[in-house]
Amino acid sequence: MERFRNYLANEKNHKILIPIIAVILGFLLGNIVMLITGENPIELYKALIQAVFGVKVDNIGTGKTVFVVRKVGEYFVYVMPIVLTGLSVAFAFRTGLFNIGAEGQLLMGAFATTWLGITLDLPAIILIPIVVLGGALAGGAWGFIPGYLKAKFNVHEVVVTIMLNYTALHLTNFLMKEIPGSDSVKTAKLNENALLSSEMLRNLTSNSRFHFGFIIVIIALVIFWYIINKTTFGYELKAVGYNPNAAEYAGMKVKRNAALSMAISGAFAGLAGVVLVAGTFGYGRVLSAAEGYGFDGIAVALIGGNTAIGSLLSGLLLGSLNAAQPIMQGQGVPKAITIIISASIIVFVAMQKGISSSLKKLKGAK
Amino acid sequence: MEYVIEMLNITKEFPGIKANDNVTLRVKKGEIHALLGENGAGKSTLMSVLFGLYQPEEGIIKVRGKEVAITNPNIANEHGIGMVHQHFKLVENFTVTENIILGMEPKKSFGRIDIAKASKKVKEISERYGLSVDPNSKIEDITVGMQQRVEILKMLYRDAEILIFDEPTAVLTPQEIHELMKIMKELVSEGKSIVLITHKLKEIKEVSDKCTVLRKGRYIGTVDVKDTTEEQMAEMMVGREVSFQVDKEEANPTDVVLSIKNLNVINNRKLQAVKNLSIDVKRGEIMCVAGIDGNGQSEFIEAITGLRKIESGSIMLNGKEISGMTIRNRTLEGIGHIPEDRHKHGLVLDFTLEENMALQTYYKEPLSKNGLINFEERNKVSERLIEEFDVRSGQGSETKARSMSGGNQQKVIIAREMDLSPEVLIAAQPTRGLDVGAIEYIHKRLVEERDSGKAVLLISLEMEEVLNVADKIAVLYEGEIVGMVDADKTDENELGLMMAGSKRGEVS
Repeated sequence: MERFRNYLANEKNHKILIPIIAVILGFLLGNIVMLITGENPIELYKALIQAVFGVKVDNIGTGKTVFVVRKVGEYFVYVMPIVLTGLSVAFAFRTGLFNIGAEGQLLMGAFATTWLGITLDLPAIILIPIVVLGGALAGGAWGFIPGYLKAKFNVHEVVVTIMLNYTALHLTNFLMKEIPGSDSVKTAKLNENALLSSEMLRNLTSNSRFHFGFIIVIIALVIFWYIINKTTFGYELKAVGYNPNAAEYAGMKVKRNAALSMAISGAFAGLAGVVLVAGTFGYGRVLSAAEGYGFDGIAVALIGGNTAIGSLLSGLLLGSLNAAQPIMQGQGVPKAITIIISASIIVFVAMQKGISSSLKKLKGAK
Repeated sequence: MEYVIEMLNITKEFPGIKANDNVTLRVKKGEIHALLGENGAGKSTLMSVLFGLYQPEEGIIKVRGKEVAITNPNIANEHGIGMVHQHFKLVENFTVTENIILGMEPKKSFGRIDIAKASKKVKEISERYGLSVDPNSKIEDITVGMQQRVEILKMLYRDAEILIFDEPTAVLTPQEIHELMKIMKELVSEGKSIVLITHKLKEIKEVSDKCTVLRKGRYIGTVDVKDTTEEQMAEMMVGREVSFQVDKEEANPTDVVLSIKNLNVINNRKLQAVKNLSIDVKRGEIMCVAGIDGNGQSEFIEAITGLRKIESGSIMLNGKEISGMTIRNRTLEGIGHIPEDRHKHGLVLDFTLEENMALQTYYKEPLSKNGLINFEERNKVSERLIEEFDVRSGQGSETKARSMSGGNQQKVIIAREMDLSPEVLIAAQPTRGLDVGAIEYIHKRLVEERDSGKAVLLISLEMEEVLNVADKIAVLYEGEIVGMVDADKTDENELGLMMAGSKRGEVS
């Protein structure tokens, strides 16, 4: 007990402990709300288990189907893009920049993917890399704009990225409709060789939209981790993020690094667009409003502490809450409960200083 | 006489260290009690315990003979304990009065603030203690010295009887320090008691009655200041004899390394900060640029190191023009720079000690290759420098720079810059805010650098440092060099006059 208490009190462990505590508190709060509104909190956990593991708890021992894998497939379909937009926000944050524009960068990536995937007719082994890189580049270029404006004219990136979200939405809507074969809501199907979806994965997950995009996510996670932790470039980005004055003093090109960081951040968001178009849907869509993947990315990065592994874990967590929504609604539990939980987790993460100092008081307390 | 404050056998632990180990401090009414110790000796921790910011593991606190539990700063305020922090806590665009009443505003009907009444009371208190602060001026318009007086007024307004001053002179000019000493004496003569946290022995000698010395968290002793010499106090503080004189041989200057001609630099407010300045720095000599703060020193250093563009003039290093080069290329050409603000420029506080050691060399072999960091080599360099420069920290290379004491942070910077083996080492106020032990060490290192045939350009505001360490002294006044003297052929008086703007010719 004493050792456990000291473990909690040690500030070094707080980086891992605080998100965990925030998650626990978020769930507790959600449960309390459920109790107050007369719902059974168990339903929440049942829904989560079904969403993530595909196990219908109620059916155990009744002879009905216990294992439904389709939901699991759909769960990952939702997790993939938000992990990528999470990486996008986290990467910029490491350089001290707040990228609210992941949404717009995603849309640009989605458009590039659609356009390349429809107009090019090449073997899959060539076309898929072209589509993936094209999407990343388009997102990166869109992210480079606020980075460049910041470096050159010291325009705040938050303002520019918010504006560019709208610009991207309407621009891509227009461009999507210009692609041959499009109607007013969607484009034609992408060339078969450009798709990440596969018959095999679909069959494995009993007809979910699960696709090979997960490989892109894994590669993106590794690239993020590698750049930040292993390269001198990552070292520079972190120095600029923590203390731009000291970075300048040490001869680093602070402005160039900021612009590059935004471009790389945009590329991660662009990949989310790739995953959505070439994986989940297989065609480009004309959207009436942004879908919020970019904002989910902010939450993912925040809960994940701006690290690669953290973004993966928090993406999985927020994804599970999202995937549990329809199941809970099926049981008559309002889906707002999951939104309350994810929102309060973010609030608790934002309270990290307070949690940290409460934990420190545990030491020596009797 | 009775004690107003008694802190008996206080022990306060942090993970890995005992910040206070059985420390006792007794302050009498109406005395100035100095609390002396090196950086990291536990002075601030002890005062934070008294002010209610930390809870001690052991020991008791008595205020006016009664045992009390101070669990937060509000309780400390209720007991009449007030603290003047080193970094002021003032709202820049509020007036003096608005700042003082913040949190306890006198009210008129309908919750309106009675500014007139408040400002009258502020004026009264200000006059009573000789603070002469204008209650209606804005904080951003008054000097640092005045801002500090506002902090003092804030406590007096709240009827504080026991005033804690946390290194109050660190930010002040010599004149302001003198004024502050007068104010402190005025305060105790009116019956207040003062705890003065400092490591400047001269100040203790000047104003204090008693002095309690801490070393590495332990209580060393309490002495009567008038019966104790500065040397004795320094010895108690450091634990060994300290020499105030810098041991050094005669300088042996050879050829010119850094040659600056007709340099003009403009500051942030678009005013000319450095005017037509020319100076030569030779190998094997310590050239000191002396002067009162704000006479163009910062802009001068920034121009040489590349942090600021120059208007005109030339900066030659070993015969090569460097004024158009990037910061990095200047470093590669042989400029080493110990910056004046170690937190702003010198360190990335959230980086580890090891990462900070690599700040100037991370991109070169052996620390990295093809853009990839070589962690093994980086660790080796860090361990070697820690050993060589005796950098002390909780977890060695892994320690976050933020958690280290000021003196050790400065050692990290010095180690890093000296390891570059620069042609010219620019040391801007390298001992600012450090204790005598660290100062002694840094001075020794600067002299060693000189003796190894390198040039040292020292920028200092401290008269003692200027006279002790420099071989040649250039006095900077309003961006111009108004006098150039040999350190052994001048004295405090002459320098003081030059710093105040009279040229050497006019002095004699």
